[in-house]
Amino acid sequence: MKSDTFPEAKTMKSDTFPEAKTMKHVAFLDVKNLEVIYTQNKRTVRAVNHVSFQLDRGQTLGLVGETGAGKTTIAKACMGILPTPPARILNGEIWLDAENILEIPKEKMLRIRGKKIAMVFQDPMTALNPLQTIGEQILEVIELHNAVSRHEGLKRAGQMLELVGIPAARHVEYPHQFSGGMKQRVVIAMALACDPELLLADEPTTALDVTIQAQVLELIKGLREKLNTAMILITHDLGVVAEICDKVAVIYAGQIIESGSKEDIFDRPAHPYTIGLFQSLPRLTAAEKWLKPIEGMPPDPTDLPDGCSFHPRCPYASKECALAEPDCIEIGTGHFCRCTKWMEVRTCQMHP
Amino acid sequence: MGKYVIQRVLQMFVIIWIAGFIVFTLMYMMPGDPAKILLGNDATESTILAKRAELGLDASYVEQLASFMYHAFVRFDFGYSWSYGVPVMQELLVRLPRTLFIGVSAMVLNVLLGTWLGVFAATHRGKWQDSLTMVIAMVFISVPDFWLALMCVLFFSINLGWLPAYGIDGPLSYVLPILSSAVAGIAINARQGRSSMLEVIHADFISTARAKGQKESVIVRKHMLPNAMMPIITGVGGGLAMVVAGSPIMESVFSIPGVGAYLLVGINLRDRPIVLACVVFFAVFTSVAILLMDLCYAFLDPRIKAQYAAKKVG
Repeated sequence: MKSDTFPEAKTMKSDTFPEAKTMKHVAFLDVKNLEVIYTQNKRTVRAVNHVSFQLDRGQTLGLVGETGAGKTTIAKACMGILPTPPARILNGEIWLDAENILEIPKEKMLRIRGKKIAMVFQDPMTALNPLQTIGEQILEVIELHNAVSRHEGLKRAGQMLELVGIPAARHVEYPHQFSGGMKQRVVIAMALACDPELLLADEPTTALDVTIQAQVLELIKGLREKLNTAMILITHDLGVVAEICDKVAVIYAGQIIESGSKEDIFDRPAHPYTIGLFQSLPRLTAAEKWLKPIEGMPPDPTDLPDGCSFHPRCPYASKECALAEPDCIEIGTGHFCRCTKWMEVRTCQMHP
Repeated sequence: MGKYVIQRVLQMFVIIWIAGFIVFTLMYMMPGDPAKILLGNDATESTILAKRAELGLDASYVEQLASFMYHAFVRFDFGYSWSYGVPVMQELLVRLPRTLFIGVSAMVLNVLLGTWLGVFAATHRGKWQDSLTMVIAMVFISVPDFWLALMCVLFFSINLGWLPAYGIDGPLSYVLPILSSAVAGIAINARQGRSSMLEVIHADFISTARAKGQKESVIVRKHMLPNAMMPIITGVGGGLAMVVAGSPIMESVFSIPGVGAYLLVGINLRDRPIVLACVVFFAVFTSVAILLMDLCYAFLDPRIKAQYAAKKVG
């Protein structure tokens, strides 16, 4: 067990020796020690706590976690569109292509947003302006980032619609004339209109029925391969993660409690919460009467428990868990876990 | 869409007729014999009877009502003023432009300035600009408009001597009446505009627009405002009605010979033709305004347009 390998420690070093950065491999997206809070009515919500992760071009990272765990906040921070106030970034760096997004001036960020980074929002029903035709809305992002005439822009918008399986002729229609699945595809078309290098997809399939889900996932996969886009996929659907992600980070109470390759997380989960997540899925092979939920509720983000934030719900918790916040431990190559008891947990899993 | 407009126009006519009917009945039931009031105390029984016959007051209620409805709504003739003996319609047409001008200008100010203030407050939410705007708005909603009008006269006309205090000598005379009529509406629209902007500000499609890399000022103009305008537009019809209903007071304060002042004259003299003509005008004006706003709504919101279109098919 090497305790000095958690990502925060690494980044500290590279900051003190900036020239070292050029020498070693620099990830396309490198989020370091991100900390975001929301302040409302004098209460502080600690939405994101010390989150670090890296992502290369062409890779897909799945952010998995319960509702309210801070997944969308992380994505919005990467996009630079956190509403401030109430949100505030206390700490951290978000390096994209060797530029810290949090330090880029506003005007320059406008040129990056929509072009280099694009985002697909969670709820297709409300993500489109109800008063504009979808063609106008796709055209908006195209015109912002490309020197094209209106005519060319609309043509491109039509092509984007065809790409997501909507007839280009429908660009004159309004959002209310489309079904939920089609709206989601419009949103995706909009996000992909300027060939983004980083795509943040916030639960792109949650609002869709299963057949449309499969279509949308297929579409995203295809585009990723074609454009070598890096992608962060936010979801609480482990099936979707299994289908398209390379890496997975499990978020609990605003913290990455376990991260690693898809295989690490699915085949060798080490954190009790991750294990709980998998156990709560119904198995088709066994005759199960009851689902196995994780006992208890996610913690109140205005009042996180001391020590490990999962300990009140953790079946393996002991007194020490309530005392100190566990470090991020590399338990296998590239497989990190924030649990001091991971060895014990794993032994229990193997010999129940 | 076309069918919807026709349907609405027909509804409008019915509403105006009902308004005419109610006002006629109320005027008919008013105590006091109009003939006696017109002739004064020393009139003899026979002259009063003659006057009643002349004014058509000896006919039954139903006959009088029928005659009024026929003349007013079919021939657009409200008869002669009982006190002045001139055709009411002719007088009304002279006064109409003044009241309309004040009402419409006040409304334009309401919408433009009120909405702008609302947007300003909403985009500075929680900061001092927001609090200041809202406090001022609250003050102007609470202050009675006639008092405000008098204060304006005192300040701008008497103390500063910038603007005429009364009458209609030139365009400057209209500044104070328009302002005093508009202020309450501006304040109401500012508050309405702020709250509907705040509703829109956190909408997902605003995040979408930001994610596109759109400038904040363009987001406000292209995405927030059109969506926030809907409740404001709904309020415009009512606001216009308010301005017109306030016109008797405003026109008295500023001595403007408009329809509102004419209505007051009619009421004071129990001059039924004048009152009826003015009230019917108010009803027409308000109905048309509300109709126009509803059409505006449909024009701006494709969802509502679609509903109307669907009605046409069904």
